[in-house]
Amino acid sequence: MIADKAPDPKPTKPRRGPTTRRRVVQAITPWAFLALPLGLLILLTYLPAFNLIRYSFTDWDGIDPEQNWVGLANYRRMATDPTLYRVLLVSLFYLVGAVAQIAIALYFATILSFKVFAKNLFKGILFFPYLINGVAVGYVFLYLFRKDGTLDTTLAFFGLQDPPLWLGDPKLINASLAGTSVWRFTGMNFVLFLGAIQSIPGDLYEAAELDGANSWRRFWHIILPGVRRVVTLSFILAISGALAVFEIPYVMTGGGNGSKTFAIQAVEMAFVHRKVGLASAMALVLLGMVLAVTWIQRRFFPDERAELT
Amino acid sequence: MKPILRLSAKAAKYVSLLVAAVVCVGPLTVVLFASLKTKQEYATTGPLDPPADWLNFANFGTAFTNGQMMRGFVNTAIILAVSLTGAIFVGTLAAYALDRFAFKGKKLVYGAFLLASLIPSVLMQVATFHIIYGLGLFNTRGAAIVLFMGTDVIAIYIFLQFMASIPISLDEAAMIDGASRWTIYWRIVLPLLRPAIATAVIIKGIAIYNEFYIPFLYMPSRDLGVISTSLYRFKGPYGAQWEVIAAGTILVILPTLVLFLFLQRHIYRGLVAGAVK
Repeated sequence: MIADKAPDPKPTKPRRGPTTRRRVVQAITPWAFLALPLGLLILLTYLPAFNLIRYSFTDWDGIDPEQNWVGLANYRRMATDPTLYRVLLVSLFYLVGAVAQIAIALYFATILSFKVFAKNLFKGILFFPYLINGVAVGYVFLYLFRKDGTLDTTLAFFGLQDPPLWLGDPKLINASLAGTSVWRFTGMNFVLFLGAIQSIPGDLYEAAELDGANSWRRFWHIILPGVRRVVTLSFILAISGALAVFEIPYVMTGGGNGSKTFAIQAVEMAFVHRKVGLASAMALVLLGMVLAVTWIQRRFFPDERAELT
Repeated sequence: MKPILRLSAKAAKYVSLLVAAVVCVGPLTVVLFASLKTKQEYATTGPLDPPADWLNFANFGTAFTNGQMMRGFVNTAIILAVSLTGAIFVGTLAAYALDRFAFKGKKLVYGAFLLASLIPSVLMQVATFHIIYGLGLFNTRGAAIVLFMGTDVIAIYIFLQFMASIPISLDEAAMIDGASRWTIYWRIVLPLLRPAIATAVIIKGIAIYNEFYIPFLYMPSRDLGVISTSLYRFKGPYGAQWEVIAAGTILVILPTLVLFLFLQRHIYRGLVAGAVK
């Protein structure tokens, strides 16, 4: 330091030297910590996303070294070929399922936020399906929906003979699969709602009790406003979830018999039919829809996030 | 009138809870029944009939050895161990940088992680596949490990939330003692993050254990089967042998159940934290 200072004629420079260096080090340090996380994020998310856009304008088959530019042809095909966009309707079944799921979850979260016998047991039972491996859930429900399987036998027990083919009838299959999805995911909504209800200050209930409010009014005026944010958030997640449904129908039916979803179709297009260009365009359109839904949520319900904790 | 109303409301409450419990547990119970039946017994009894011998584990043996479940468990364990270690490292590094530094572009980085968390992973595979292939990781465990390590945003959020509760004065005191930023991360922040790491490990561990499509797409070799893909491959050879498929299914669910019974509170907490994006 002293040797550094001595030969310099200007008095400001030696002071600036080390501070600049320190400033550079200070500026670099956070990026040094971020190098690995950001590197992986770029490599595995943003680079593929960029490629997805690039592929979508080509007719690439995934193997050929040459990628021919086809302009908007893939997008045009998607907009004009009904077999390609009709699968979006399948999402409606899952959307209806998701609404039912939120309603069921809200009901049980409300009930279990009050004094109930064996509360934790019920909570655990309602939640556990959410943790189960998707392939296992698939088998459990393939077994349930089989002819003369669990569901048919149970219905027969209640005197309902001649049940339909739950997964064989193209009119029913998506409802059956959406039902499976409800079974699998209700527990997650339920635990989120329960957490939100339990974070409502207790004195609000006491005050309501003093005012003589019955349980319905307590639900309407205290609980519902308290969970409004989480419920809205769940709706938004449900919409993007319904658009991107993949695992349950893929595992259970392989997308056969009219149960193909947009995501299954995109993935099949890429890896079975080897039309990476078209598949990329499909993936991007779906991605755009999911992001649009999320953007709408952020735009119109900006206070919804982070309030969960 | 009023006490009667109250009593019937109470009854309705418990009836609905019981119905829900049966709906949740019933489908799993009948699969357990099937897994304990012999082939002949399965053919002659209804799905709701309990097995004759509750200790008939023959199907589990078949599933475990012929169905290559053992290999699935080993592969899943290897992938879990490596990718969880990596993901914790990556996640805490990112959270440390985002929470403890003020720098230009911080909002952008934060937004980049956030945006990534909104993208449905299945769709990205159309393009990610060619990156993994280009890296030479196709049909190796490395493919799943890298993907599980790099795309985890939920862990970062859990860490960020927890890190906000670690007083910065600790960092400052260490800095006065001459500790570098790395030392502070490694010696102070990381050990204090232990509870958050436990939560993230559990939540992420369950997600990795349950992941189907990534191993299915990237590791088609039978020797690389994980729990999900090994079970999925039961469909072909055991298509008609539901008692064996049932045993395999129960084998996959059992570890999750045990984990859940022991770690309930962590799981609930992690879930709530992870849902906030």
